[in-house]
Amino acid sequence: MAILQVRNVSKRFGGLQALNDVNLSIEEGKVHAIIGPNGAGKSTLLNCFVGRLIPDTGTVMFDGKSLLGIKPHEINQAGVSRVFQTPEIFGDLSLLENVMIPSFASRDGSFKVNWWNRADREKDVQDHAEAVLQEIGLYEKRHEIADAMSRGDKRRLEMAMCLSQDPKLMLLDEPTAGMSRADTNATIDLLKRLGETRGLTKVIIEHDMHVVFSLANYVSVLAQGTVIAENTPDLIKGDQRVKEAYLGTEAE
Amino acid sequence: MFGLNRNDTLLLIVVALLTMLAPFLLNPFPEGSSLAQFNGGYPDLMQRFVIFGIFAIGFNILFGLTGYLSFGHAAFLGVGSYAAIWMMKLLTMNVVPAIIISVIVAGLFSLVVGYICLRRSGIYFSILTLAFAQMSYALAYSVLTPITGGETGLQPKLSDPRILDAAIGSGVTPRANFFGIEMGTSWQWDWNGWVFTFNAGYYLAAVIMLVAFYLSIRIFRSPFGMMLRAIKTNQNRLNYTGVNSKPYTLAAFVISGMYAGLAGGLLVAMDTQVGPERMFWTASGEVVLMTILGGVGTLIGPVLGAGLIKYMENILSKINEGLLQKWFAFMPETAGDAVVTVLGLFTGKGWHLTLGLLFMIVVIFLPGGLVEGGKRLFGIGRRKKKAPPAASPPPTTTPAE
Repeated sequence: MAILQVRNVSKRFGGLQALNDVNLSIEEGKVHAIIGPNGAGKSTLLNCFVGRLIPDTGTVMFDGKSLLGIKPHEINQAGVSRVFQTPEIFGDLSLLENVMIPSFASRDGSFKVNWWNRADREKDVQDHAEAVLQEIGLYEKRHEIADAMSRGDKRRLEMAMCLSQDPKLMLLDEPTAGMSRADTNATIDLLKRLGETRGLTKVIIEHDMHVVFSLANYVSVLAQGTVIAENTPDLIKGDQRVKEAYLGTEAE
Repeated sequence: MFGLNRNDTLLLIVVALLTMLAPFLLNPFPEGSSLAQFNGGYPDLMQRFVIFGIFAIGFNILFGLTGYLSFGHAAFLGVGSYAAIWMMKLLTMNVVPAIIISVIVAGLFSLVVGYICLRRSGIYFSILTLAFAQMSYALAYSVLTPITGGETGLQPKLSDPRILDAAIGSGVTPRANFFGIEMGTSWQWDWNGWVFTFNAGYYLAAVIMLVAFYLSIRIFRSPFGMMLRAIKTNQNRLNYTGVNSKPYTLAAFVISGMYAGLAGGLLVAMDTQVGPERMFWTASGEVVLMTILGGVGTLIGPVLGAGLIKYMENILSKINEGLLQKWFAFMPETAGDAVVTVLGLFTGKGWHLTLGLLFMIVVIFLPGGLVEGGKRLFGIGRRKKKAPPAASPPPTTTPAE
């Protein structure tokens, strides 16, 4: 069953047709990769999923509900969590607080003036946040300030923030961008492990073919705002159009 | 205790002791000694310490937690003051209804102002609040003269209706009181040349300040406070985390507006008069200075900053040239004159110059304000004790006291 349905989505920025009649359907429980050369419209498409951009035409349906024109926090409350291309975290707060905040958002909704209780006495939220940090391997550092972390740890922290909400759909925007080979492999292992234990539905936008082919169940190739091919990773590798548009002469 | 952790309870107790013993602590010099003018333990100044402490505590809930820098908080202080004085004119000279109404009116006013100003953030938000405060000042100064008394302001008059008081007995001079205890009541204790003054108004304000301080600790440590701190570090991320940050900022704005209104009401309770200058932009700037000087985002910092500024305003400005000449009479005449001329620039009417210098020094060398200064002093002593740092404990992340 498709959890996210994208139908005939087009978006134009001035003279640039960023997205041209894009159709996608993301199956529940699958890892769906969206790849494409620079400027193909991958990030524009993702921004249409999270309420940052509104497409000119077309529909984006999540779980039977339109995502167009509603605010980012409402989309998150509906069950879509996003990991950003550059880690977006609460830099001045501790790792534990970074994970407690999304947990509070899941428990209390988008607004609650909960000013009398003590945050460190909210045991259910705190235990939950600690368990997620444990799962992702940051438990020992939970009291450290997030800004002091390495880039790789920040990325993992951001994933922990998303996971703590137990989202129905997780959007990862280039989860290994700017990482060393070792960090990239560690992230792949982490995502694989999470896929096994949690069975999350994920949409991954990625440049790195290594990452795509080790994680994805299904791949959509975007070029110049249009989906030019869709298939399983193995078949995408052999697709002539994809080679021309994207992999070029360096095709593996 | 009180639902606080050990450190916060300790802090609250220390602040309670300091405020309760302030008449002693602020009067360290015996009456008649040459240093007696540095004594800050007289009712008027002590009241200002705690009232502006409340103002700064509330401002810090907005600025310290969410990072939204309001340049118009004096407007809420002023609105609270006008509301309080009208309560005294119409209802009773008892300060309780006046204080309650000042909080409510300032809260409603800040709801309106906040709703409009919070559509923008950063410098645009600051400018909008400044514009609102200056508009309020202009309204109070001229357009709304029938309500605000214009330039002269408002005082209780014998001819005011005062519905509740009239039932008790008329023809009594209107004095602010707390169920019969007049705010101006003072009791003096002479002890070996020291004179300690205990003032009813001060103790009422001090107790209210302690309650306000306690509530601010609760806010700082709550999930609500955590959300506010998250707004300061990354508001965009918070929105993508499923939190609607707008109502949070508005709630913080209204809470700090209510604190400002409370301070305004208390000012009227202590000294029953109001003028529009209370809303002038310099008054809004002053609370920003207090908060930064003491330590933004710390619990105790704003109170310290408020105390320091009010002390300097009242004590430093009293040091005039004649006094300086007396102090430096022991020096040769030309040298003495030179010293007096230089110091004269920084005292008396020039006390703002000292404040400016102090502010610059704090911002450049102690960005965390007086609290950071205190911590560094304290930290030096601690570091010397534990020579081999085998495993450094994880730094705590709760905002400093």
